Amino acid sequence: MWTVFFALFLPVFALPFLVILVASFASGWSGAFPSGMTLGHYQEIAHGDSPHALVTSLVTALVASLAALAVGTWAALAAQALRRRGRRVMDALFMLPVAVPSVVVGLSLLVAFSKPPLLLNGTPAIVIVAHTVLVTAFAYQSVGAALARLDPAYEQSAASLGARPSYVLWRVKLPLLLPSLTAAAALCFALSMGELSATMMLYPPNWVPLPVSVFGATDRGALFSGAALAVVLMAATLAVLLAVSRIRTKATYR
Amino acid sequence: MASLALAAPRRVPRWLWAVPPLAGLGLVFLYPMALVVWQSVSPDSGGHDLSGYGTVLSSAGFRTALLNTVWIAAGSTLGCLVLGFVLALVIAFVPFPGGRVLSRFIDIFLAFPSFLITLALLFLYGTVGIVNGIWTDATGAAQGPLDFLHTPWGVLLAEVTYFTPFVMRPLLAAFSQLDTAQIEAAASLGARAPRIVRQVIWPEALPSLAAGGSLVLVMCLNEFGIILFTGAKGVTTLPMLVYSKAILDGDYPGACVVAVVNIALSVALYGLYRVVLARGTGGARRAGA
Repeated sequence: MWTVFFALFLPVFALPFLVILVASFASGWSGAFPSGMTLGHYQEIAHGDSPHALVTSLVTALVASLAALAVGTWAALAAQALRRRGRRVMDALFMLPVAVPSVVVGLSLLVAFSKPPLLLNGTPAIVIVAHTVLVTAFAYQSVGAALARLDPAYEQSAASLGARPSYVLWRVKLPLLLPSLTAAAALCFALSMGELSATMMLYPPNWVPLPVSVFGATDRGALFSGAALAVVLMAATLAVLLAVSRIRTKATYR
Repeated sequence: MASLALAAPRRVPRWLWAVPPLAGLGLVFLYPMALVVWQSVSPDSGGHDLSGYGTVLSSAGFRTALLNTVWIAAGSTLGCLVLGFVLALVIAFVPFPGGRVLSRFIDIFLAFPSFLITLALLFLYGTVGIVNGIWTDATGAAQGPLDFLHTPWGVLLAEVTYFTPFVMRPLLAAFSQLDTAQIEAAASLGARAPRIVRQVIWPEALPSLAAGGSLVLVMCLNEFGIILFTGAKGVTTLPMLVYSKAILDGDYPGACVVAVVNIALSVALYGLYRVVLARGTGGARRAGA
């Protein structure tokens, strides 16, 4: 059984990342082993547009995940206060972006915001809005699940002691939800860092996130620079995930 | 108590709190979606009719894309279900020390974007990749035997690799709730491993498999990054067609028609997934009670 495990699991799941990591340091690789190790690809991308792409991705992911967290938390709290049917409608509406293809989300924003009064096409804002739309569902889902697990005794006792609803929310509910909120924020950040589909539809020339530049590099045949960029992307994502440390994933939330 | 608080004067009604987030969602998601549908019935020639649908639906390009999308998604889902079931079985029932680390690894794996898999496959199985390199070194041939990454099979391999953990996740959760006494009883009565899997584990796994499978099916239908990275001209799927019509051809009404079809397909399947999920958890609760 162990051999089955190692024969199936490792090649399938661990190898892809290992290959990208090694390739990013390889001077060439078309045999069993890389023909030589070099830092050249990193030096090359450090002098190009890539630092800008990294900053672009980080800013986009930060703004989008914070916005998604705010909207998702608010919506989840509001939904919890509703009756059964109202809650169902909120669930359906806020989970809908998960069901719609990301490319179509990008297309819809292009169609809607390419003319005044709201001319966002060609600005960084349209990319950030798209990422926010796509990740809000995960924030909503995760905060909603945490709210359902929350013991109502805490807020009831606070309320029975005369605390106003706003005080209960700030001093009791939100602190209890804090671990779920940070986990949701980390997930939203990671998803936004790696978002490609909607971004390909929308990105303006002065706002090129990392996944798009990884695609640009591989598309013009610079596979090894692409690998180096991908390692930068993975490292940045991983750093944020580990900083928040409570890693949850899409699968647990869907 | 709650009803008293509700009845108090000058308190805003509860549903009012739902309005601001709904307004935001409406502005950046629901309204643009409605515009896509509207645009799909508004051809460039002016007026409003369904002629756009007629042109697009009857074109060979669209039908190929639809067919590609469906069979690649169905094939990938099947592959994920088989691989996910076997792996989850091994992880859950064969005792080994690294289980915790492993599930952490799966979590990190799922946080990375899908196109990284295609990138890795390019290094492994690409025309100048590792496997072909080993082959040409060993045999002296001018070209390696593998050249499938630009075909639907390359997409299939990448999708199975990336989406399998989405099947393993719910399966592992289901297996962890399975009473090991059942398995031990079956084993002590002389049942061999295949029979235990078939008669004890399989019925327990079925709801999770259905839920995981339908989720993976929706995600495969909507997958874009993997297909974009293979750079395969021959593999056009619906999301790819939306992209090429809108960005490369500038044909927005046409792109919107394809988008509407794609939305209908994936929202219907996602609805099915939610139903399956609700049934599955409901069933588990009934069984537990």
